[in-house]
Amino acid sequence: MTVNLGRIYPHIQANGEISVKPTDTNNPEYFHKVVDCQYACPAHTPVPEYIRLIAAGKYSEAYMINWESNVFPGILGRTCDRPCEPACRRGRIEEKPVAICRLKRVCADMKDDIKSMLPKIPKKKNGFKLAIIGAGPSALTVARDLMPLGYEIDLYEATSKAGGFMRQQIPSFRLPESIIDEETGYILDMGVNTFFNTRIESMKELLNKGYDAVFVGTGAPTGRQLKLPGFELDQGESVQVGVEWLAQVAFGHVTETPKDVIVIGGGNTAMDCCRSALRLGAKNVKVVLRTPISAMVASPWEIEDTQAEGIPIIENHNPLEYVVEDGQLKAMKFEVIEYSVDDTGRETFTPTGQMETIDASLVLLAIGQANAFPWIERDLGIEFTKIGLAKVDEKTHQSTNPKVFFGGDAAFGPKNIITAVAQGHQAAISINMFLKGEELAERPDPSTNLLSQKMGIHDWSYASMVTEEKRHLVPHVDLDEAINSHTIEVELGFDAKTALEEAERCLNCDVETVFTADKCIECDACIDICPVDCLTFTSNKEEAELRRNLNVPALNLGQSIFVSDHLNTGRVMVKDEDVCLHCGLCAERCPTAAWDMQKFLYIAPKPVK
Amino acid sequence: MSYKIPTFRHPNLPKNDLGYTTKDYEGAVSTLCAGCGHDSISNAIIEACFEMSIPPHRVAKLSGIGCSSKTPTYFLGNSHGFNSVHGRMPSVATGANMANRELLYIGVSGDGDTASIGMGQFVHAVRRNVNMVYICENNGVYGLTKGQDSATTDIGSKSKKGEPNALEPIDLCSIALQLGATFVANSFSGDKDQLVPIIQAAIAHRGFAFINIISPCVTFNNAPGSTKAYDYIRQHMASTNTVDYVPPAEEITAEFDEGTDEKVTMHDGSIINLHKLETKHDIHSRTSALSLMQEYKAEDKVVTGILFMDENSQEIHETMNTTQRPLRDLGTEELCPGAANLEKINDLHR
Repeated sequence: MTVNLGRIYPHIQANGEISVKPTDTNNPEYFHKVVDCQYACPAHTPVPEYIRLIAAGKYSEAYMINWESNVFPGILGRTCDRPCEPACRRGRIEEKPVAICRLKRVCADMKDDIKSMLPKIPKKKNGFKLAIIGAGPSALTVARDLMPLGYEIDLYEATSKAGGFMRQQIPSFRLPESIIDEETGYILDMGVNTFFNTRIESMKELLNKGYDAVFVGTGAPTGRQLKLPGFELDQGESVQVGVEWLAQVAFGHVTETPKDVIVIGGGNTAMDCCRSALRLGAKNVKVVLRTPISAMVASPWEIEDTQAEGIPIIENHNPLEYVVEDGQLKAMKFEVIEYSVDDTGRETFTPTGQMETIDASLVLLAIGQANAFPWIERDLGIEFTKIGLAKVDEKTHQSTNPKVFFGGDAAFGPKNIITAVAQGHQAAISINMFLKGEELAERPDPSTNLLSQKMGIHDWSYASMVTEEKRHLVPHVDLDEAINSHTIEVELGFDAKTALEEAERCLNCDVETVFTADKCIECDACIDICPVDCLTFTSNKEEAELRRNLNVPALNLGQSIFVSDHLNTGRVMVKDEDVCLHCGLCAERCPTAAWDMQKFLYIAPKPVK
Repeated sequence: MSYKIPTFRHPNLPKNDLGYTTKDYEGAVSTLCAGCGHDSISNAIIEACFEMSIPPHRVAKLSGIGCSSKTPTYFLGNSHGFNSVHGRMPSVATGANMANRELLYIGVSGDGDTASIGMGQFVHAVRRNVNMVYICENNGVYGLTKGQDSATTDIGSKSKKGEPNALEPIDLCSIALQLGATFVANSFSGDKDQLVPIIQAAIAHRGFAFINIISPCVTFNNAPGSTKAYDYIRQHMASTNTVDYVPPAEEITAEFDEGTDEKVTMHDGSIINLHKLETKHDIHSRTSALSLMQEYKAEDKVVTGILFMDENSQEIHETMNTTQRPLRDLGTEELCPGAANLEKINDLHR
């Protein structure tokens, strides 16, 4: 799965010249990479396939393609980070990519009742019992993937409802609760045994209950708090956890800082915090440490960069108290200490009695991560990394205790919903393989299908014409109405007509140009008709030279070039995949059907019975 | 079938001196059979005009009847065009050229349009040295009327119908040479590396520039046994030279070999850089060209490249001492000099 098979390896010709090996299009990853959106999607949702269904008005079918792949089409259609859109080929031939994410919402908005299309859950169970901890996107994905196989699943969630991050941290003016209820409901209604308001306090106890496997999807750990005198008075207003504050800055929720800022801590997060604060308008930023600068854990270059920006780093200061007056943070009190390390490496902090007060209206705490897993006993064979996360295999999601799997933010730290879903799929595959006694490292293959779209001599079963329609904007509710309510959804979504127009902007990149070298008579017809000059007959060379020698040089190295077998004249056909419109004209103008347009359906691997 | 081509082009398309891309030289989407050699020739014309930065509106495309004669629709969509009567393109081109010598005239014809019905017209355009590019898209078959042998079909050549042709073919290059054509080339639609610079040289040539281009008919004459099929031409093609066209005021960067290379300076200052593959051939000698063609034919080879050129030729306007300006720019006084002037002329003949 991870082998990048789109790459073409140089080899040496009989005459000693280095040239490019013919492209192996039987390798599913070659054509997969051509479908830029699907390739970029962590869950590899077959985007063009569902967009065509939307264009055909088959919203329920389009929804189900999404549901199979990304589990939460309605939620993701509003909130996805959309790695697909910057990847969209349309963005390379005109200004803007197809509005993929909002089209996903269209199929969720306009579908009929899809309950009958959901997989049937076997009455007779397969005998395996799983515990899933958490009810966020990765946890629910595991349940969704394994319930149809006959697993019995107990799901434990600390809060009263399913959804995790999706419910707790996305404001409802972006994501209405009803959508979360609906899409988490599809999964819970499969017969998952849910235990809401049940926080797991001991992994040992849970394992003792005899589960065959446990999936941990408890979300991201956060930074540590520093509860000194005055902390309660501040009520979390001006004393903030650095990583959370950084996230707020990243999301654009925090755009300015007060004048005086203190950052507590000596790691890279502390460096990020003080430099960000400086950029957001703080006039007087200080980093304060308990240790000398020489004992800081931040990378040397980070410390240098910080000092180069004129931010003072104050060493050997032990924080004592937050000075809060009338509910307003005014300053922080420190005691100067003497620091020493003995032969065994033990640090000693000796108070000197000298006190210091430093003005502050904002304190950012960067003193390490809170232990996200205090409830996992350290003697269960689950090893942890230095930063407090469990050691988890990146591919299989298995921890060092083979029965325990991690996914979502709990596995590798904060990412996004679609990544959590993709990780849930991988974990579900692993759990299933593990319980079947299979080797987890040997991941299953995707299922692929390549089907000619030929309908007649010059007719295709997909809309091959390329529309010039520009990207459509999603209509919003009236601004006055929107800002007076916290719950009214701001975006209205496309109507059917706009959705159709937007869907038609899709270039059908999954309808691949398939070349058969021994049929080609080198008549130039395809090269002459290609609107974007992506085809060339040329003599084979090593890849860099070959790319330069094309009719229009292939300078986008992120995109593959296709190189055919040798033709009768000794030349090869080279296609630069970069800006191919998938218009099918090469195949239409080909007298021998050496070019054909074939639909490539790539379904990411799933757990199977 | 698509009758439209998407409007998007490669974002990195190069621009010529006029700021145009090849898109500005395109025409409508071809309705010829897929794989027709004629479409490659249309694209070679597009490429040649683009590279020479010819303003499309300064070109007149002329044609007769036949598959070949449809092609001017498929290139230079922003140029003037005249689709004339079968075989009559040379006369229309001559007339247009006489009326306005400022345009570039590109005539496109086929083997039927030139060697059969239009033979009488063709030969006179040649001997008059009309300043034009005359392209004959020669596929040795009447494609538009469903595949009969044409006047250029070789003896023994078999079309899709499978009957060998019994009659002697007309060799248009030889005829053009014998009639005094001042630029004669033979080429192949499937070899743009050779064809594009030949078209550029023909455009730069002052006088009648004839290019016979073998252009396989995929539908009726691409069968095994045809001497105008893709495979046959590729196996039997023998270039006498390859050509570089160097626009005026541009430095020649290619290496020059005294023994095999020859520079020909055209009247507009451009240079044709010939790399001779057949050293004994002198492209300034008609007899050399004619004997070369005979020799190659005897060896069952199809000779391609520039066969003959006379870069100092005198085109018809110079011979006839006609007005420099287009007729439409002449005022009444110039066109009707008046009774007194007529009297003077008459006096000369008394």
